[in-house]
Amino acid sequence: MALPDELVLARPVESVQARRQGRRWRLAGYLAMALAMLVIGLPVYWTLIAAFKTSAEIYGPPTWFPQAPTLANFPAAWNAAPFARFYLNSFITTLGGMAAEVFFAVTSAYALAFLRFPRKDLVFLLLLAALMVPVEITIVPNYLTIARLGWINTYQGIIIPGAAIAYGTFLLRQAFKALPYEVIEAARVDGAGHLRTLVSVVIPMAQPAIVTMALLSLVAKWNDFLWPLIVTNTANMRTLPIGIYWLRNSEGVINWGVVMAGSLFLIIPVMIAFLFVQRYIVEGIAAGAVKG
Amino acid sequence: MASLQKPARPISPRERREWLLFILLLGPNLLLFTIFTYWPLLYNVYLSFVRWNFLRPQKPFVWFDNYRSVFSSALFWEIVLNTLTFTVWSVGLTLVLGLALALLLNQPLRQRNAARAVLFSPVVMSGAVVAVVWSYIFDPRYGLIDQLLGLLGLNSPNWLGSTAWAMPAVIIVYVWKNLGYAVVIYLAGLQGIPRELYDAALVDGAGPWARFRHVTLPGLSPVAFFLSVTSILATFQAFDIIKVLTDGGPVNATTTLIFYLYELGFVTYDAGKAGVIAVVLFVIMLVLTLIQLRYLERRVSYG
Repeated sequence: MALPDELVLARPVESVQARRQGRRWRLAGYLAMALAMLVIGLPVYWTLIAAFKTSAEIYGPPTWFPQAPTLANFPAAWNAAPFARFYLNSFITTLGGMAAEVFFAVTSAYALAFLRFPRKDLVFLLLLAALMVPVEITIVPNYLTIARLGWINTYQGIIIPGAAIAYGTFLLRQAFKALPYEVIEAARVDGAGHLRTLVSVVIPMAQPAIVTMALLSLVAKWNDFLWPLIVTNTANMRTLPIGIYWLRNSEGVINWGVVMAGSLFLIIPVMIAFLFVQRYIVEGIAAGAVKG
Repeated sequence: MASLQKPARPISPRERREWLLFILLLGPNLLLFTIFTYWPLLYNVYLSFVRWNFLRPQKPFVWFDNYRSVFSSALFWEIVLNTLTFTVWSVGLTLVLGLALALLLNQPLRQRNAARAVLFSPVVMSGAVVAVVWSYIFDPRYGLIDQLLGLLGLNSPNWLGSTAWAMPAVIIVYVWKNLGYAVVIYLAGLQGIPRELYDAALVDGAGPWARFRHVTLPGLSPVAFFLSVTSILATFQAFDIIKVLTDGGPVNATTTLIFYLYELGFVTYDAGKAGVIAVVLFVIMLVLTLIQLRYLERRVSYG
């Protein structure tokens, strides 16, 4: 794949031939883009139409559009598993987990950026080293710890092992250090203590970085699968990803319409939210890679 | 800031108060890491030396028995091979397709930001729901792929029920879900390549291919390196898609190291062997991360 398009166009004087070549390249570009969209979009479209098909249609000859659109799959899915409860559980564990991570990231980043402490660099390293330990390899010991605390099948059991945060602390520490020094100094001169400075100066000024960090945390918690799967053992404590997994296990193959309707319960809210915040998420991830 | 000034007197009361506040602000975060991240590492090592089924009160110390039994089992090496297959294909496809799409979306095409958003959207979806959707798509009689192959007069393989096709299915879903991440990172890298380099290459009479070879590729190499290491680490942690799509099967065909660890810990209840796998995984990931840090360090000092 070559990339002559914008460079050809950037040339001050274009020959007719170059312009024709540019147009051809651009057409190929649009075709490739459409193909990529199709590969991403078709599975989602397939899910969407299945949710509106009758069983007879799903298990009959293939159709690309629901012949007799029905809404029956949605109440059927809603009643096949306690989805209202799954939503509640997902909201509690996601918001709780995100709140904890944001709180820890903000306080830790403030301490690391602005406070004196002997061998602060070592403390920072100790925190960063946690990035090297994937949560997946800690599941057995953590399960035993949570069991000893009597927290199996509880919200705190789902939330607390993942509440500490290294990556977000790192991102926010960078953001805090980049804030204009004079404004913070002015607040200190006005007699604001550290907590006042944090709440009324640092947090408002670093808001974009905090929002980005919170969104990344939100997505991770909402989609978390392995830990909630292990630490919950009754249907009424399951989160949405675990719930849809069990729904597929009981209804899949024999009742795809209902399973796809249930999948849309998870996909639709995330897609709507994503429309509004995708810029923050995409830029946050790119920034972490290029600067980090 | 205050932290930059060396204290005139040994330690002022004000500085002492800062120490206290530092501990109060950072302490809870570090305490949680100690309990739920660092302690499990040590405990995994301990578990790898005992025989235990999670129930018996005593855990007899068996030295390297667990290691010996893991390393001498054919199943373990099959699982290592599965993990390598999954990692090499997933990372390779993601890096190559991601680069192609990023180069495409770096062109002045209309709606390219919308296309970037669409490509990225599976990244924010739950892996579990993505795998549920794809288990319908792979359905050999009623699924999307069967329909598409039917247009060509072909029959769908029994994707998830066949030892030959289950791993390709898992790789397809994994790449489908994570491709957008690579595209976004590559695009950030492409935008970081200075325009003057392209202008200079044009002045030197370099054609499109030469500009790609000598400007774009070298300019992207730090980003590509970052992406390959993070992608490899991510595939070692891939669990939800495998669990939902194939449950590690059929007959272990899609069991990777992380899935094996889960099975030993929560299906067959063999704490000792689970400890061994956790230690093995930790060592692999530590080595990968250290390679990445070494590289970053060099980039900082020479770049």
